[in-house]
Amino acid sequence: MKRRRILATVAMLAAGSALVACSSDEGGSDASNCTNTITKQNLPVVTMWGWYPNTQLVVDNFNKQNDEVQVCWTNVGQGSDEYDKFQTAISAGTGAPDVIMVEMDRIPTFQIQGALVDIRKYGFDAVKANYGEGAWKDVSVGDAIYGVPVDGGPVGMIYRKDIFDKYAITPPKTWAEYEQAAQKVKDAGGPLFGDLGANVPALTMALQIQKGATPFTYDPAQPKSIGVKLNDQASKDVLDYWGGLARKGLVGTQDQFTPEYISGVINGNYATYISAAWAPGYLTGAGVGKGQDTGKFAVAPLPQWDPSNPVQVNWGGSAFSVTKQAKKPELAAKVAYGLYADNESLTDGWTNQIIFPLNLTALNDPKFVDLKVAFFNGQQANKEVYVPAANAYKGVAYSPFGQYYLDAMTKQVSEIIKGSVSGSQAADRLQEDVAKYAKEQGFTVQ
Amino acid sequence: MTLLTEKRTPRARNETRKIRGKVHLREHLMGWLFVGPFGVVFLAFLIAPLAYALYLSLFQKKLIGGTSFVLFDNYVKAFTDPSFLSGAWFVIRFSLVAIPLQIVIALTMALILDAVTNLFARFSRLMIFLPYAIPTVIGAVMWGFLYSKGFGPLTDIFGLFGASAPDFLSSNLIFYGLLNIVTWQWAGYYMIILYAALQGVDPTLYEAARMDGAGRWQIALRIKIPLIAPALILILVFSLIGTLQFFNEPQILRYLAAGTIGADFTPNMYAYQQAFSLANFNYGSAISFALGGVVFICVYAFLFFTRKRRSFL
Repeated sequence: MKRRRILATVAMLAAGSALVACSSDEGGSDASNCTNTITKQNLPVVTMWGWYPNTQLVVDNFNKQNDEVQVCWTNVGQGSDEYDKFQTAISAGTGAPDVIMVEMDRIPTFQIQGALVDIRKYGFDAVKANYGEGAWKDVSVGDAIYGVPVDGGPVGMIYRKDIFDKYAITPPKTWAEYEQAAQKVKDAGGPLFGDLGANVPALTMALQIQKGATPFTYDPAQPKSIGVKLNDQASKDVLDYWGGLARKGLVGTQDQFTPEYISGVINGNYATYISAAWAPGYLTGAGVGKGQDTGKFAVAPLPQWDPSNPVQVNWGGSAFSVTKQAKKPELAAKVAYGLYADNESLTDGWTNQIIFPLNLTALNDPKFVDLKVAFFNGQQANKEVYVPAANAYKGVAYSPFGQYYLDAMTKQVSEIIKGSVSGSQAADRLQEDVAKYAKEQGFTVQ
Repeated sequence: MTLLTEKRTPRARNETRKIRGKVHLREHLMGWLFVGPFGVVFLAFLIAPLAYALYLSLFQKKLIGGTSFVLFDNYVKAFTDPSFLSGAWFVIRFSLVAIPLQIVIALTMALILDAVTNLFARFSRLMIFLPYAIPTVIGAVMWGFLYSKGFGPLTDIFGLFGASAPDFLSSNLIFYGLLNIVTWQWAGYYMIILYAALQGVDPTLYEAARMDGAGRWQIALRIKIPLIAPALILILVFSLIGTLQFFNEPQILRYLAAGTIGADFTPNMYAYQQAFSLANFNYGSAISFALGGVVFICVYAFLFFTRKRRSFL
C-alpha cells in the first residue's frame, strides 16, 4: 500500500538529488546510463530510448560506422511505459532523450504538445528516396516531418499448422469462415481459436478500420477541430463479432504480451494469433517457436469481411523522432536518420522477423521478399502475406489524444469480456467517453 | 539582613534572568538544531509538494487553449466523475472487508503467540512477520504468478481433485485475489504491533485474574484485549489510511490483468494515470486532494466514534 511507497519515494528522491549533485548538468542527457558501451570516447553523445528486440546491435552498428556522434541507448520500457516517462519528461521540461522511438499513432499526441522537432531541414532530402510516400505520410503533420520511419505492422493471421492439420482446417479467408472454423475446433474438443485481449486496443482499432470504420478525422491545418466516430456500424459490428466469439467460448480473453498469454501460445492453447509482422520477433524473444513448438507456426492473410474487396490494416509500426529537449537537434536528427538504416541492422531486423522494414532498400530487396522465414518453418511469409498487405495499406488519421482513446478502448473491451455490455453498447459508451474528453481538451468535436 | 537581601535581590534576579536568557537561547538553538534536519526534510518533501499540488489542482490545462485558472472546477469534476467515484467506492468496500479481516487474524495470532512461549512460537512469529519484509511490489508480482492459470500451482492443486482452479485475476475474483495479497502482506506486521503491546501488559494482572478464577479465554477477552485497545486502534487507523490509498498491488497486477484492473481501478491509480500518462497534472492533483479529503473524513469519523480509546493520539 502507500506507506512503504512513500518511504521508497523519499529514498529515491534523496538518491536522485545526490545523483543530480554529482553529474554535470547536461539537461537530461546523462551519458553514464547507457545500456550500450560507447567505445569512441570524446565524441558528442546523443541519448536514445527504444525497445526493439535488437536495438543493441543497431546501436553498436551505428556507433561503429560513425565518427561524428555516438548513441547512448536506454530501454525505458515497451509501449506505454516509455510514453508515460516521455510524457512526464515533457511536462517537467527536462529528462527526455534526444531521440526517441515512437509508434506512428503516437506522433500526433506528442507533436500537438510541441515535444517533437521538425527534422525536415536536417537532411530530409538526402534520405527522402529511402522510404515510400505512405511511410513519410505517417510521420508527417502537414509539411513537417516528425520522425524517420523504421517499421510497419501489416497484420496477418499467424496460426498453428499442427492444430489446423489435426482438425482438418484450412486458413479461413473471411471472418465468417474464421468463426465456423473456431466452432469446428471447439466442437471437436480443440483449443481456443484466438484471443480477444483487452490490452491491445490498437489492434482492435485496426480490425474496426478493416471493416470500414474511420475513428478519427483530423486535419493538422485545423488543429482545434476533430471528427470522432467510434460507434458507427462498422465499429459496432467488429466489437459484436469478437464479443460473440468470446461469449461462445471460441476465443480466449487473456491479456496479450503477458507471461500467461505467451505460455498459452507456446502450449498451443490458441490456434490463431491475429497480429502484425513484427510479432514473431517478440514471440521468439519470449521463447515461442523454440523447443517443442519449433516449426509449428505459419501465417495467412488476414481474414476479410468482403473477400471481393479486401482491406489491409496496420498495427504498430514505429519511427525515430527528435525531441524538443535535444540540445543539438541537428546531431540528433543525424542519429534518427542513421539508426536502423544501415544494411546490417536492417538485414538482422527482417531475417529475424523483428521489424517489417519501411526502408525501400530492404523492402525492395528480393532477398527480403523471398525470405524463407525460420519462425514460419521456411514459409515465404513476406511474399505471401506481409508485403502485399503492406502495399495495400491505405494509412489512417490518428488522434492527438491517443493514450486516452486507447485506455478508454481497453476499458470497454474489458467490459465486453466481463459480459456486462454488448459490443454495440461498448462502442456507444466509447464514443460518448472519448467525445467528452475531446471537448474537455478544447477540441470542437464533429 | 532584611534590608540587605532586599537590596541585593533585584540585582541577583537580573543576573539570573540574564543567565537564564542565555540558557534559554542556547536551549532554543539546540532545539532548533535537533529539529532542523527533520524540519527541512518535512518542508521540502511534504509541505512543499503538497502546496504545489494544491496550486496545480486549481488550474486546468487543455491540449487546445493552454492553461487557465479554474478554482475548484477540478474538484467538482472529480466528485461527479464516475471513474473517481467507482474507484473510491471500491476502496471503501475493500476497506470494510480487508481491515476487519486483517485485524482479526493479527489479533488471533498475537494472542496465541503471547500465550505460547516455546521455540516454535518464536519461529512462527518470524514467519508470520516475514511477508511484511518482502517489498509490496515483489509480493504482488509473486502472487500474480501464483495465481497464474498457465503455470501457477493452483491449477495443479485443484487438478488433483479434478476441479479447475479459480482465476483470481478475473474480474469476478480480483477482489478476493487482492484481499489475499493485502492480508498476507500486512497481517504479520499488525500482529507484531499487537504482540509488542501484549508484552507491555503487567503479568501480575493475569495472576490476579487467575486467582479470581478466570480461564485463558476470559483473560484474553476481558484483560488482554481491553488493555491493548489503543494499539488496536492504532493499527485500524494505519490500515484505513493504507487501504484507501490502495496503489501498489493493483498497479503491478495490472500488467498481468490489464482487462480486469483498469487505469482507474483505485483513486490513486486514477490520479497516476491522469498525471503521468495523460499529462493532466492538474486533474491528477485534484483527485489526490479529493482522496486526501476522503481519507481525512474517514479517519476523523473513526477516531470520533472511538474517542474514549484515543489515548495514543
